Amino acid sequence: MSSSTQRAWVATRKGLVELAGGGTQWQVRRTSFLGDPVSMVLPPLPDGRMLAALNLGHFGVKVHASADHGATWQEVAAPAYPTQPEGAAGPAWKLQLIWSLAHAHGTTWAGTIPGGLFRSADFGQSWELVNDLWHRPERLEWFGGGYDAPGIHSLCPHPSDASEMLIAISCGGAWRSHDGGDTWAQSAHGMQADFMPPEHADNPNTQDAHLIVRSPSDPSRLWCQHHGGIWRSVDGGRSWQAVKGAPLSSFGFAVAVHPLKPDTAWFAPAVADQCRVPVGQALAVNRTHDGGKSFETLRKGLPQQDCYDLVYRHGLAVAEDGQTLLMGSTTGSLWASADGGDSWEAVSLHLPPIYAVRF
Amino acid sequence: MIQAMPRVEFTPQLRRFLQADAVHCEASTLAQALDAAFAVNPRLRGYVLDDQGHVRPNVVVFIDGRRALDRTHLSDPLQPNSTVHVLQALSGG
Repeated sequence: MSSSTQRAWVATRKGLVELAGGGTQWQVRRTSFLGDPVSMVLPPLPDGRMLAALNLGHFGVKVHASADHGATWQEVAAPAYPTQPEGAAGPAWKLQLIWSLAHAHGTTWAGTIPGGLFRSADFGQSWELVNDLWHRPERLEWFGGGYDAPGIHSLCPHPSDASEMLIAISCGGAWRSHDGGDTWAQSAHGMQADFMPPEHADNPNTQDAHLIVRSPSDPSRLWCQHHGGIWRSVDGGRSWQAVKGAPLSSFGFAVAVHPLKPDTAWFAPAVADQCRVPVGQALAVNRTHDGGKSFETLRKGLPQQDCYDLVYRHGLAVAEDGQTLLMGSTTGSLWASADGGDSWEAVSLHLPPIYAVRF
Repeated sequence: MIQAMPRVEFTPQLRRFLQADAVHCEASTLAQALDAAFAVNPRLRGYVLDDQGHVRPNVVVFIDGRRALDRTHLSDPLQPNSTVHVLQALSGG
């Protein structure tokens, strides 16, 4: 493999697919955990360590670690909930899914269904439930979005400040910590939930933020693809402003932010919650270069008729160059762009349902 | 004379993920028998039981051909010559 060859990982319903290539030319290099659902992957750290979260149908959630960029894997500990007190309200204290993984400042984070946040200081050899968040009384008002129980799908550590962390929950809004995850406060002020009774529409605790991403180049800026539209924050999540005027539809699940330009972001619109297909059954990507003041709709190379593909929360990723994108669907289609989304080429149209793509 | 002891057997499907050999053990309840098996292979516990120590929803346990009833406290009694089968319930597609 030449030194210019990039790699990417696709977590699917039937294994972890490793891609090699670059631009729009990618080939499957290896499939790990063939046949098993891989709900999330943490791509390699500079030293080659990575994690994969499995959701075995019969035997529960498992975590595997690799020390060699995914060539070999060993099972490590899975996060586990403590003993549930008699009569405790809310969902059962049982791990259902690892929905998100992140690593920053020596700490590995796992966001789970039914809503627990776990951290590990030894890269998955052991996990600790973040007690403050789990014991917040507001947690009992969270509810499931797409699953029966609530879940943490977005983990946004601050790239240069280990004390700062933001997470998002479907459906439990966004939460922020200033002390490395020890204590938490609501951080979804400004979002609006049209699916709630009017008196709850602006309640930060019931917002269904489908995905939140933090700009690596300006960490005070965050983008949110919400159940009811698009929001952005320019103050680290303290407040959120609605972004109006996205073409086609402002409903969707995925958002990706440019690694160097905080005002550039990509979205994958769908019709609506009750009809999760591309608008007009023609797949498109919305891109803004100006913080959401204007959008372009990008279609070249994407199917424009009879398309049912939905890009789920973690199905859209941009590489460090800000030009290479991968987009995978729950139908099992995967497309690549080498020009920031202007044009796309199919990498495969017959993968298993895609849960996450990562560079 | 060899004393009869319950035997615990695990579905061969588990061998995709870890070692799950049959175990003979002194046990008068299902909980005691599974604990003995988990003492041999601690990793096996998380494949059979969930965070709260309950039988996973898609795992089924038979004792002498009858489905174990107590999936929470695993209190089903065993006889000295009992055979326990830990199997996967059929599900999915």
